[in-house]
Amino acid sequence: MGGLIKSSIARKVAMALSGLFLVFFLLQHFTINFTSIFSAETFNELSHFMGTNPLVQFVLQPVLIFGVIFHFVMGFILEIKNKNARAVKYAKYNGGANASWMSRNMIYSGLVVLAFLGLHFYDFWVPEMVHKYVEFAPEDPSRYYHELLEKFVSPVRTGLYVLSFVFLALHLWHGFASSFQSVGFNNKYSVGATKFAKAFAIAIPLGFIIIAVVLHLNHNH
Amino acid sequence: MSILDSKIPEGPLADKWTKHKNTINLVNPANKRNIDVIVVGTGLAGGSAAATLAELGYNVKTFCYQDSPRRAHSIAAQGGINAAKNYQGDGDSNYRLFYDTVKGGDYRSREANVYRLAEVSGNIIDQCVAQGVPFAREYGGLLDNRSFGGVLVSRTFYAKGQTGQQLLLGAYSAMNRQINRGKIEPFNRHEMLDLVKVDGKARGIIARNLVTGEIERHSAHAVVLATGGYGNVFFLSTNAMGSNVMAAWRAHRRGAFFANPCYTQIHPTCIPVSGDHQSKLTLMSESLRNDGRIWVPKRKEDAEAIRAGKLKPTQLAEEERDYYLERRYPAFGNLVPRDVASRAAKERCDAGFGVNKTGEAVYLDFASAIQRYGQEKALTSGIENPSKEEITKLGEEVIENKYGNLFQMYEKIVDENPYKTPMMIYPAVHYTMGGLWVDYNLQTTVPGCYAAGEANFSDHGANRLGASALMQGLADGYFVLPYTIGDYLSHDIRTGKIPTDTPEFDAAEKDAKDRIQKLMSGSGEHSVDYYHKKLGKIMWNKCGMSRNEKELKEAIDEISALREDFWKNVKVPGTADSMNPELEKAGRVADFLELGELFAKDALHRNESCGGHFREESVEQDGEQKGEALRDDKNFKYVAAWEYKGEPKDAELHKEELNFENIELKTRSYK
Amino acid sequence: MNLTLKIWRQKDAKSQGKMVDYQISGIEGDMSFLEMLDVLNEDLINKGEEPVVFDHDCREGICGSCSLQINGEPHGPDRLITTCQLHMRKFNDGDTIYIEPFRAKAFPVVKDLMVDRSAFDRIQHAGGYISVNTSGNTIDANAIPVNKENADDAFAAATCIGCGACVAACKNASAMLFTSAKVSQYALLPQGQVEATERVLAMVNQMDEEGFGNCTNTGACEIECPKGISLENIARMNREYLKASVKG
Repeated sequence: MGGLIKSSIARKVAMALSGLFLVFFLLQHFTINFTSIFSAETFNELSHFMGTNPLVQFVLQPVLIFGVIFHFVMGFILEIKNKNARAVKYAKYNGGANASWMSRNMIYSGLVVLAFLGLHFYDFWVPEMVHKYVEFAPEDPSRYYHELLEKFVSPVRTGLYVLSFVFLALHLWHGFASSFQSVGFNNKYSVGATKFAKAFAIAIPLGFIIIAVVLHLNHNH
Repeated sequence: MSILDSKIPEGPLADKWTKHKNTINLVNPANKRNIDVIVVGTGLAGGSAAATLAELGYNVKTFCYQDSPRRAHSIAAQGGINAAKNYQGDGDSNYRLFYDTVKGGDYRSREANVYRLAEVSGNIIDQCVAQGVPFAREYGGLLDNRSFGGVLVSRTFYAKGQTGQQLLLGAYSAMNRQINRGKIEPFNRHEMLDLVKVDGKARGIIARNLVTGEIERHSAHAVVLATGGYGNVFFLSTNAMGSNVMAAWRAHRRGAFFANPCYTQIHPTCIPVSGDHQSKLTLMSESLRNDGRIWVPKRKEDAEAIRAGKLKPTQLAEEERDYYLERRYPAFGNLVPRDVASRAAKERCDAGFGVNKTGEAVYLDFASAIQRYGQEKALTSGIENPSKEEITKLGEEVIENKYGNLFQMYEKIVDENPYKTPMMIYPAVHYTMGGLWVDYNLQTTVPGCYAAGEANFSDHGANRLGASALMQGLADGYFVLPYTIGDYLSHDIRTGKIPTDTPEFDAAEKDAKDRIQKLMSGSGEHSVDYYHKKLGKIMWNKCGMSRNEKELKEAIDEISALREDFWKNVKVPGTADSMNPELEKAGRVADFLELGELFAKDALHRNESCGGHFREESVEQDGEQKGEALRDDKNFKYVAAWEYKGEPKDAELHKEELNFENIELKTRSYK
Repeated sequence: MNLTLKIWRQKDAKSQGKMVDYQISGIEGDMSFLEMLDVLNEDLINKGEEPVVFDHDCREGICGSCSLQINGEPHGPDRLITTCQLHMRKFNDGDTIYIEPFRAKAFPVVKDLMVDRSAFDRIQHAGGYISVNTSGNTIDANAIPVNKENADDAFAAATCIGCGACVAACKNASAMLFTSAKVSQYALLPQGQVEATERVLAMVNQMDEEGFGNCTNTGACEIECPKGISLENIARMNREYLKASVKG
């Protein structure tokens, strides 16, 4: 993948565009999930649509998976190249003096999010795939909410989700706003755009946290 | 003593350069490919010369001691560059620029050269703009100008306080283009150790690779020296730490005459020395004198109390202050030329009125300017009955817009807020008008060896006007030397490559190696800096702003003795065949120790006061000008060019008479 | 004040280097950081040891020679200055100061604290110019009006001194701020438009070949830049590059 896009700037732009795509996906994912805390029906309807619509299943889903893989593989490639650009390390490096923790640790926040994706796929996507394309189980448009609720019974899993969303926030905090700069967008509107991106970086993961916690509490009540 | 031929073309002043260009020999493009030129130094003069020579088709090798040509000390010039464009429509012309430069130089420069400089000045601006140099502009998109150095027109082009940087980067960009084309081969971190002559002509150099310590031979059909000035002979100056006279001095030892070494410009507005650890001095742009008022306390007791830290300058009332420039020179006040302002500051400090702990500083006060601008601003902004605080705040804002970066620099260095307490300044060595003697073609007395920029004895006479150094460097490099050198090189089209395996190169390389060996084998008593500081003290105290026969004679003997001691007892650690900055310094100081002596000798022989050279024996005895510098046109209207004869004190004087056909010689008066 | 210095010593490019401790006393607040090193070197010379080698020249913050990573930051803890303008009053008696060379694969150590920054020069050779002949047959300067705002922005970009602090500060040792400042200067001026496409492609290509890391927009370079070169320049270079790539 690194071979395809050779120049540093092209890679940077590709990283930004794939990131922006994932941000967009996140928004969509959040919107659907959010319905789960006030209307199980709406949630079921939307989930059913997403789970059965061929366009979503056979076009958007592969694109999304490609986007995710591209983003993290390119992230690794860049990280390795960037690490190599400084062969001898500083004995003392005061990175906190001139850059935020978030911006300096995208690889770590990214890795946590990636690990979370593994868990998340194991929880939802794999069973979904098995359900639909391996077992060819009969379709029940109202099964989604219950399945969802089941997952958040465990306080450990809920805790892991919450923690992951915190790291997602950290990742987005730098990543979203920085993607504008990468695609060359830095002008008088940038201040506003950056503010929006930072607000997004807090609001969406916080929303996910709320969903997880509410679902966990709903079940116990 | 002989009379030097300056090769000034015949004809009316305004036609000389055009006529000369039309009649000199050219080299055809096919032949230029077979001709090599070495350019030593990559500042404004060297960088621009290298770029143009390469563009014309010559094969150019450039040498600089820095790690990149772009770091040459031209980069530090702040104020601006003069050009007779008359964009402001204020009556400027080539003649006026010529006239101002000759007068400013106290009638010690060559008319024809200065006129040529004025003539090509406009072209420099065209050239630089085409290259993408971002000069300051007005809102209409056209170039902005300011007035500089007390002249009557606005002809100075500038890029904030970094004009030198922008022009040098422009010249470097032109070099980049030629490097990319393969026409310039840059040798960075290389230092020229000697000039190689074959059959009396300059045919190459010996250089040391400063990274590996290797001694290299480089041959060429001509050698251009654009290695800057020698202000560092004073140890403390506004020059870069590495600025040195080695290349010019080595050429001098090989037969190039050294002209007017005693003409030094001491700039009045520098940040004062803070202690013995001081390694260099920082200039504050001359433009500060447009708004700052210079003063010292009237009473010696007050000055003493300030030095002891018991009194603050702001506590002194108006009538307790001595605005000595305004007092002595009512017509020009704080805007008198650099040499006059510097001497006046020294006079007050010597009399015991200095205001910092070393006693060598005067105040440059912006308080009245802040009030004046504040009131104006309040008026134009329609603020009625403004309070004193409001006025001060508004005034400080105006000052910040004009000089913000300088004030910030001052505060970083001195740790005092110049908006609230007056700045302290003191004169410092800044520029050297003297240098290698060159004829109209910029050729030294060694055929094939050319000198450009500050390295030659230049067009500035005995004193340089502000914003003229950049102009001269670029004029020499872009527009003069590339033409005139062709006349000489036209005789070399059949010469072929100059071999380096000849006895001449062998001998020069051996000399260079022996010298290094000798430097490395001193007894190891004192470091190089020890000697450099000692030399600096002698130069500053006895050959500085004010000179007299007795002290100049002492200086000659002291420098001579110091040089002897240096060669016996200097300590150079490390090895010769590796990177060794102490060895580099040692070689440079060794040459300063010779130049310093010639400097004093030149100052001693010139028993007149002119421009930056002030002899206490030559002052006006009475009348309005009493006590001011007295020039002696009858006996000293010449360029003093010195021929090397072994010891610097034995140098032989050659004169080039200066003829003024277009300008009447007058006394400079600023009363 | 008395200080403990931890300084990187390395004989030459091929040798291994290491941090060495030095004690130094009698340092005054008015000294610049480099004058403090001068004092140390004078001590070392008098003791018969080799002085510490570091790049420096103008000592007034404009030539871009001086470098040094001081306590983990290029040009030390102060802002908008170079090492030669850093004064010892920023430190306290008894402090330990780490002094290291600017670190990047593209900036190999020459000796001790001196590094080879010729990669920057090669980036400039690749396209840092406008192809105009220098022998003076150009049009009148005022025949090319330039919008003041663009002229000021071009100037701001052009004030880069090429010191390499951006690379040293960047966790990825990226040279984007430097390269973008050069690209921007010309991109903002009408004179630079003719060659804009080739220039940005050539300069970015050379930058990549030199082995600098990639930009991840941490912004460290902008904070540490002694001349305050803005990140906007990087965005501009990205735009210019994309435009040029599309064109071809």
